[in-house]
Parts: sequence; structure tokens; C-alpha cells
Amino acid sequence: MTDQQLITLRVNGEQSELVIDPRRTLADTLRQVLGLTGTHLGCEHGICGACTVLVDGAPARACLMFAVQAENREIRTVESLADGDELGDLQRAFSAHHALQCGFCTPGFLMLAEGFLAERPAATRAEIRELVSSNLCRCTGYQPIVDAIEDCARRREASRTERNDGAA
Amino acid sequence: MSRLVGTSVPRREDPRLLTGRGRFVDDIRMVGLLHAQFVRSRVASGLVTSIDLSAVLQVPGVVAAYPAADLDVLGITATLERPPTEFVPTEMPILAGDRVRFAGEPLAIVIAEDPYAAEDGVEAAVVTYQAFTAVTSAEQALEPGAPLVHDEATNNILLDVSMFATEGIDQVFADAACVVRVQARTGRQNAAPLETRGAVAEWIDRDAQLVVQTCTQIPHQVRTVLARSLRLDERAVRVITPDMGGGFGLKCVVGREEIAVAAAALRLRRPVKWIEDRKDALTASFLAREQRYDARAAFDHDGRILALDADIVCDMGAYSCYPFTAAIEPLMASAEMPGVYRVPAYRVRGRAVTTNKAPSAPYRGVSRPQYVMVMERLFERAARELKIDAVELRRRNVITTFPYSGVNRITYDAGSYLESLNLCERVLKDEGWYEMKAAGGRHLGIGYSCFNERTGYGSGAFAQRKMSVVPGFDMTEARMDTTGSVTITTGTLSHGQSHETTLAQIAADELTLDIAKVKIVQGDTDRIPYGWGTFASRSVVVGGSAVRLAAVKLAEKLRMLAAGLLDTTPDNVELDHGRVRLRDRPDRGLGFVELAEVAYLKAHLVPKDLEPGLSVTATFDVFTDGTFGNATHGVVVELHEGTGRVEILRYVCVEDCGVAINPMVVEGQCRGGIAQGIAGALFEQITYDEQGEPSATGFLDYKMPTASEIPDVAIHHLETPSTLTESGAKGVGEGGTIGAPAAVLNAVNDALTSTGVELNDTPITPETVYRALKRAS
Repeated sequence: MTDQQLITLRVNGEQSELVIDPRRTLADTLRQVLGLTGTHLGCEHGICGACTVLVDGAPARACLMFAVQAENREIRTVESLADGDELGDLQRAFSAHHALQCGFCTPGFLMLAEGFLAERPAATRAEIRELVSSNLCRCTGYQPIVDAIEDCARRREASRTERNDGAA
Repeated sequence: MSRLVGTSVPRREDPRLLTGRGRFVDDIRMVGLLHAQFVRSRVASGLVTSIDLSAVLQVPGVVAAYPAADLDVLGITATLERPPTEFVPTEMPILAGDRVRFAGEPLAIVIAEDPYAAEDGVEAAVVTYQAFTAVTSAEQALEPGAPLVHDEATNNILLDVSMFATEGIDQVFADAACVVRVQARTGRQNAAPLETRGAVAEWIDRDAQLVVQTCTQIPHQVRTVLARSLRLDERAVRVITPDMGGGFGLKCVVGREEIAVAAAALRLRRPVKWIEDRKDALTASFLAREQRYDARAAFDHDGRILALDADIVCDMGAYSCYPFTAAIEPLMASAEMPGVYRVPAYRVRGRAVTTNKAPSAPYRGVSRPQYVMVMERLFERAARELKIDAVELRRRNVITTFPYSGVNRITYDAGSYLESLNLCERVLKDEGWYEMKAAGGRHLGIGYSCFNERTGYGSGAFAQRKMSVVPGFDMTEARMDTTGSVTITTGTLSHGQSHETTLAQIAADELTLDIAKVKIVQGDTDRIPYGWGTFASRSVVVGGSAVRLAAVKLAEKLRMLAAGLLDTTPDNVELDHGRVRLRDRPDRGLGFVELAEVAYLKAHLVPKDLEPGLSVTATFDVFTDGTFGNATHGVVVELHEGTGRVEILRYVCVEDCGVAINPMVVEGQCRGGIAQGIAGALFEQITYDEQGEPSATGFLDYKMPTASEIPDVAIHHLETPSTLTESGAKGVGEGGTIGAPAAVLNAVNDALTSTGVELNDTPITPETVYRALKRAS
């Protein structure tokens, strides 16, 4: 238990050297050691998904991973989505569709969607609903979250098409 | 500038919550912060014969461990001003000493340098028990000779009231053309906000104050209990509520853990944090909703309801919650059961029973999801017996002339009960669901619920319930600073409801200000004069009215100041987009900044009859029966033979909350509420085994629905403005949850009509549906 380990963690493009217990989870390390408290803990057993972050671009439950397992991986948290005070498109879509009320589960849904849309930019509404069922929200009834992600996906598609048309 | 009230102003809460810059209780970091966890009882009922914490103190990182005997604090007793024959007060100790009453009850607090070490410490505790037979159901609790949960509560009854009992009601039943009976049970639920409970406490020498940051819906009431429990003056306690990850009622009662954490911080003179884990949140916080109904209704040949008779038993678990007491559920159900219907004769008995389970707190809707479900089942049954269409039967019975004085001695203000019912039915008809069902071949069912939601319970309504601590009023301070910016305090406490946006809309309109100039402050007992927090859909009704009254007062002070300076009378000036101008010469006036500078920085210019400064307070209370929002929900379900799954194909909600301050927020409340109602109807339940062990200790067992189970909801708005509130708004926080179980249950039963099976208990499990369909085939 006192066998502390020195690890290098790369989070949101910044590298840190940390001395930590091997048993400390990635979520606790992000929150307690690095002070990135945007990643929330709702159950600590991998069901609710509030702690979802991207590990090498794929959504992962930060409560089910030890920090030592995240060494040499690229971690992204909710803190990476905005550019200063300028919200990203996914964040703007969440606000426009009232896809958050208390906001506790929101970072998890944002990172879930961020990872998914990178992989499946042309996802259908049914696929998005299936994705949204990975995490729990107690406030919204989910519909606005599905709406927001779908809206963001369609806008990104449209701007891609526009760019391609322009290039052609 | 157009008015903000009535428009979907974007939420001002969103940017920080979307960027991870919100500040929830677990996000608070402090130098020297310690971390607490609790040693909890492993038996549901018994005596603690020994508690040995010596090994706990040997665990690396553990700083202290206190059992009840070491923590000198007073317990919590919630009371009603009712005779002992009706209500029995019981004490909830902060930590249990000798006697334990449910599995999970806190016995000792362990404090460590690190949250991991605190959990290691808890595991090292050695406790021995003499276990008693646990009382795990209301039936068992009420049996003669049953073991007693509290010695002072003979028969395990904490509340027993018989109300109304219209004269001649038995004769009405005897003579009626049709009498129907429904027996129903509803499962024990957890409100399950995604953020569990938690607190950080610290003693500040400079202020001689204990500062407790805790995720509570009722900061001022937590302060009162903290002060009493720790024997401090109330001014020596400051309660601050950070951002809150939901509450839904679970956090509108005082938790024993937040008191214990404060006591530990006081004793150690170091800041202490406690964050509840999900297991404790599910098994040892507060639960709700476990009720049993035996109800009869009498109808005449034409389908008019003649009488209602109900026996309601609520299993409230081991303790009474503060400030509402264990009476909260049976009193709500007994007082309000007739709902939207013209019931001429009514009799009810309501009981709160204590058992060896985690205690109950109010949960979104409080009893209304249950009694609405029973009422709507009674109507469906009567419709079947009388061979009248069930919607038509409701049409013949809903209240249509207002104000209406009910048999339950409640006066209902105007609503759109009939209109919402008609519109909801028309939507489902127009969409072709009736034809699809008639076509056959699938197990389709259509169900409705028609209901109201009393909002704006003021001091009058809570005094009627004989609470000894009477919630109700709210207070706002409105203050303009020298830059012309306005700070509005509210005693209500948003934990997702968007008050920073909606209350600012109300104030900004009144002051003709851009919303950016108005800031709402909530959740701090040192910054807010007083308040009753957020519960019972009271915030926009009571809190919003106080905000408007304060804004009006501030506007008036600005007009008086301007009139004095412009050498005219206040009635000759008006507010206009950040300035006060002369009515007859609109080009002449003074800007708010100029006025504020005079009020604070050049007070020698303030007219003689006015005080310097620009700060006012206003209060609002309700002494009538409040204002009733209403809605009709229509649901189409399909039952699947192979799995017993209930699939919701369509969900339509026609709601009326009077003036919608922010329609986007209203729809959010409806959708979220409906999801929680569906959760109760189909999925969630915590059961207990014979030893009193809870079945659900995580989200694998507590089946909170996901986006795969919760359907899209179509919402239609009607608007019957409230004449009670300052804005015309009615509360809308609970309606979704209230209406959903009844509508879903009716739809399932409609789909089961051919099977002869009738389901009245929730949650309706796949197994029940599977068996029902199997039996028929």
C-alpha cells in the first residue's frame, strides 16, 4: 500500500510526473492530484459514466482504471473541450437543447459523445440513443442529450460537406 | 426591450457546468483537509454489545475515530403538534449508540489524511451485536406482538389519522350503482441524485464560525439543526451550498452525517470532508414511496363519482426526517387524494409505520404519484364495470368550475383539467394509435392520467398539517451597487432547476435591465437573510414572488430617488432600460449608475425623506391553499411476449403551469420528471430480505433507467395563469413524476385486457408481464 510509484501522465496535452499509490484510480488522480475536478464520480463502479474520459481517443470509465494503467496513454477530460471561455460546438449544442440541468453527469456525456462522434461522425439518431444509454442522467429524461449530440453531429457533417465542396 | 419572462433565455448555469468549472462539494480543496467515512451497522435491528476502534487508529493515515459516546452531540427529533394518539415523536441520534435500527446506520466516524485511508480505517473497526428480529414490512410491523422499532411507538405506528369522514358515506356506498375497489402497492425507491450526499466542515477562528459546505436543499434548516445539535449560537454556524448534482427531495432533510462531520471538524479544529459512496447513498441515506392502498370508489349509473374511501399505509423506515417527520407521506396522500375529481364524499385513514429499513424523506411528488395511480385505476375499473369509455368517465368527473371547494377542505384555483384531457386524447387519436391498436396482432395499450399538482405550499398549508416547524415564506434582498448591477438573493436553492436564470428573468423585467446586470445569489446562510430552500415545487411560486416584490420595491426606491433629484413626484417618473425618466419628457432622466452613485457616493444629495443606499427586502408567503398546476399524460405501450418487456411507443404530456417563465426549463422539468415516474412504474425498487438486508447496493441492482428505456416525450402547453403568484406562474417541478406511473400502469393494463390479468403494483416487472401474457396464450 505504501509502495508509491512514479508515473508520467499525459492529460489534455500536458505531461505531469506523479508519485502515487498504485491503487489510486485514474478518476481520483485527475481530481485529487491534478485538480481536474470536472471529471465527476457518481457510482465508482462503472455504471453511471459520470467519470467518462477519453483514453487514446476512446471513452473509458476513469473510476475503473488505475492511474498507473494510464501511463503512456493520451487522456482527455472535459476541461479540454472549450477554448478559454469559448465553448466547443458539442458544449454549445448541450446548452441550446437544455441537455443538462444539475450538470453533474454532463462531463461524462460530453466525453462519451466526443469520443463517439470522432469514430462515427454520421451516426443515426438510433445509434446516438444507444450510445447515450451507456451513462446515467437523473434530470433530463435523456431526450435533450440525444437531441444535442445529433444536432452537433449534423452540424459537423454539414460543415465538412461545405469544406469538401469548397475544396472541389 | 422585450420581456424576458415567457422566453427560453439560455441558462446562465451552463458555461461553468459544461467546462468542468462547476464547484460541487467534492470539488472543494483545502489545506490540511481530512476525510471522513462511517462505520455502519451490519444488522438491521439489535444492540451494539461492543465497538472496538483501536485497530482503526493503527491504520496508516487515520487521525481519529469517534463512536457515539465520544461525539457529544444532540440527536434530531422532528415533531408535529398533534396528540399522542395521532403522532409519536422519535429521536434520530447523530451516531447510533447502543441500539441500531437499520442496516447501514452510522455507528462511528473515522477521519483520515486521505479518503483511501478513511475507508481502510472503517474496515478495521470491530463491532459485535446482539441481533433482534428485524421488522421488514408494514404488515409485520402492524402485527400484534411485533418487535418494536422504537419503544415509545407502540404497534410501530408513528402517525395514525382518520380524516374527513363525510356523514352518511357508508350509505352512499351501500346504495351506489357501482362500487369498485383497488388494492395497490408501490416499491421503495431512492431519489438517486447523481451526486451523492457530502459535506465539508471547517471551524474559522477569525469569524468564530463553523462553516459547513453541504449539498442540501435547505441550508437555513441545516444551520438550525447544526446549532442545536452542537450547542452553538446560530450565528456561529454558516451553511453554504455549492453547486448541487440533483436532490429531488432526498437532500431536503437534515442528514445525520453532515452533523457528525461538523462535530468532528469542531473537535479536531481541522477541515473535514465526507463524500457518501453509492452503496451508502442507496442503502443508508433516505428512501421513499413504499406505500399500500386499499381504496374503494362509488359511482352512479351515469358514471358520476359519489364517494371515495381509502386506507393508506406508508412504510417510513427507521426514523422521522427533519423537518417533515415520518408523517409526510400519509398526510400528503390523505389530504389530497381526490385530486382533479369532484368527489362529494370522502373518508381516509393514513398511517406511517416504522420498520428496520433506511428512513424516508420526501421524494419528488411525495405520495401523489401513488394516490394518482390509485385514483386513475379506480376510474379505469369503474369505466370497465359501467361500460363507459375511461376518458369519457373522467370527462364527466373532472372539476370544471373554479375556484372549487373540495370535500377535503382544499380550494382549487383555476386549471385546465378538462381541456388537457381532451387535447391529450385528441393527439393520440390524430396520431392513429387507436387504429393501430384496433388492428390487433400486437399487445398494444393506451393509458392516461389526469392530475393536478399543488404548488406554493405556504405557511398556511404546512401549519394545517400541524408541523411544529412550519415552512412556507421566502425572503429576497435586492441590492443595486454603484455600477448599476443588481444582486438578488433567494432563500430557494436550485439543484438543477435553473433559478440563476429564471429568477433573474423575473427581476430583470421589473427593473428593465439586461439580464447580464442581474445576479442571483443562493445557498449561503450568511448572505441570505432567511429562506426555506427548494422543495414541493415552491421556488418560482414563493421564491419567484419574493424576487418580484423585491425588484418592485427597488424600482420604487429608484423612482423616489430620481423624482427627488429631478424635482418632481415619483408618479411622474418611470423605469426605462437602465434609467429613470420623466413620463411627460422621456428625454429627461437619470441613469441607474448616476442614481446609484448618489445613493452611495454622494449621500448628501439624497432627498431628506430617503435613506442612503439601494437595498430593499421583500417577503412572500401563501396563506390560501396554494396554486395548482395540472396535466394529462397519454401513453402507448407495447408488451413483448418473449421478454415481458414494456416498451413505451409514445408519450404525450399536456401540461399547464400557468405562465411559463422559461418554456425550455418547463419542458426540462416535465421530461425529467416523467423519466423518474417511469422509473418508479417499471424499474426501480429496493427490497429487503428477512434479516433486513437491502437488495440494491449499486446501480447493477438498482435499475435506474437509461436512454434505452426512457422515450421521447411530446409536450403540449396550456396556460391558465395563477392569480396567487406575482408572475402568474405555477410550480412545475413534480408533475412529470406524479402523472407517469398512473398513465403507464393504465396503458399496461389496457394491453392486458384480453388476458384477464390486472396489475396494480409497481414496479411492473418483466416477469409479471411475461407471466400474464403466458397465462393468456
